Amino acid sequence: MFEEMLKYQTQMWESIGETFIMVGISVGAALLLGLPLGTLLYFCRKGQLYENRTLSFVLNSIVNIIRSFPFLLLVVALIPVTRLLVGTAIGTIAATVPLSIVAIAYYARLVEQSLLEVPKGTIEAALSMGASKLALVVKFLYVEARSGLVLGLTTSTVSFISFSTVMGVVGGGGVGDFAIRYGYQRFETEVMVYAILVMIVLVQLVQFTGGTLARLLDKR
Amino acid sequence: MSLKVEPGAIHGIIGASGAGKSTLLRLMNLLEQPDQGTVTVGGRELTGMPDKLLRRERQKIGMIFQQFNLVGNLTVHRNVSIPLELAGVSKRERFKRMRECLDFVGLADKAEQYPAQLSGGQRQRVAIARALANEPKLLLCDEPTSSLDPSTTADILGVLKHIKESLGVTVVVVTHEMEVVKSICSHVSVMESGRLIDSFSRAEGEFSPPQIASLSYREQILGKAGNSYV
Ligand SMILES: Nc1ncnc2c1ncn2[C@@H]1O[C@H](COP(=O)(O)OP(=O)(O)O)[C@@H](O)[C@H]1O
Ligand SMILES: [Mg+2]
Repeated sequence: MFEEMLKYQTQMWESIGETFIMVGISVGAALLLGLPLGTLLYFCRKGQLYENRTLSFVLNSIVNIIRSFPFLLLVVALIPVTRLLVGTAIGTIAATVPLSIVAIAYYARLVEQSLLEVPKGTIEAALSMGASKLALVVKFLYVEARSGLVLGLTTSTVSFISFSTVMGVVGGGGVGDFAIRYGYQRFETEVMVYAILVMIVLVQLVQFTGGTLARLLDKR
Repeated sequence: MSLKVEPGAIHGIIGASGAGKSTLLRLMNLLEQPDQGTVTVGGRELTGMPDKLLRRERQKIGMIFQQFNLVGNLTVHRNVSIPLELAGVSKRERFKRMRECLDFVGLADKAEQYPAQLSGGQRQRVAIARALANEPKLLLCDEPTSSLDPSTTADILGVLKHIKESLGVTVVVVTHEMEVVKSICSHVSVMESGRLIDSFSRAEGEFSPPQIASLSYREQILGKAGNSYV
């Protein structure tokens, strides 16, 4: 197998780079937009502070639709959107558009779940101290839910890595695409195994880092 | 209903669970919005106040709870500092005030610990320190001792009494425990199914015969002493 590793070393590094770009941008989108969206989902829920049935219904529908769409079909369906946003529907950057959209919906749901675990009493105490909405979220909710938020992001990242493996269909590249093109399609089983091992290491690394961080952050 | 809490009093609100005691207490800092009527604290009417002003008023009203409601992921020091941060107090001032408050409740040595490392009584002390941080004139307590054992309960009641005596803070204590009222309250209100059915001062030795059969709380609190004056 070492020969194979050497033979495709350049392509492999290139693929790892592409996976990092796709997953990295998705994680960024999840944090930047999924976190606020999840917070909004949480607040609008029945029985929560800013209960709003209409908004809750609309946001939940969007999140559910995105999450229930077979991913490959979503990639195809989003081609016009992708073209509008990045000018092309082909390539690694174009591939990040559908990935990011799934990432936002996926993480938003996990954020909502983490926030639901914060005791109602914490919110009560925050309001009794005269906390503004922003202070309530930043100084209380996110602080108390932080290990859940990190674990959620870890789970999401692993899913994004998995989703990124099929981005070959729009020329996104990545390790998964490498495994398919060099390993599977050329019947080079060892190359395929090599690529899969790389994926396993990546996932383990993410899971270990996230799990450790979440544990260290939890003082409750 | 109409209820006036005398400045400088320790006012107990007692009644069975579900009687509406917590609701009444939450009305006092408008965590609960009244359908009608007004809430006035320290001469200022809170009802109808814009959100921003109301938040500033709330910073001057401390509140503690049965479950303490501390932020578990923050140290004792940071927990006590939060209300000061919310009030926009400078960092140096916050530190000084945090020290004073922890000294007051006797937990200065626990500043860098997390709530999970403390006992129930210590957690309630931290909550009290947090509630005192912004030098409130009014302290609202919702079943402050109901999840504590008897000796810790006595400790916390001692702290509440000390707050009233040394800081001149008006204290309102919601409880279903007769002992709490008997040991620290100067005024008592009795609630039953959402209504205030009795309200009296304990200094009033006088005992007027009950209009409603269930006025037993007054009898129990004023005791035989009350009876003998009739
Ligand atoms: N005066 C009232 N008007 C309307 N609802 C009330 C009133 N008092 C109590 N309730 C309701 O009764 C329930 C129990 O009240 P709560 O204040 O929690 O009781 P307690 O603290 O005495 O156990 C709450 O759901 C509250 O909304
Ligand atoms: Mg209650």
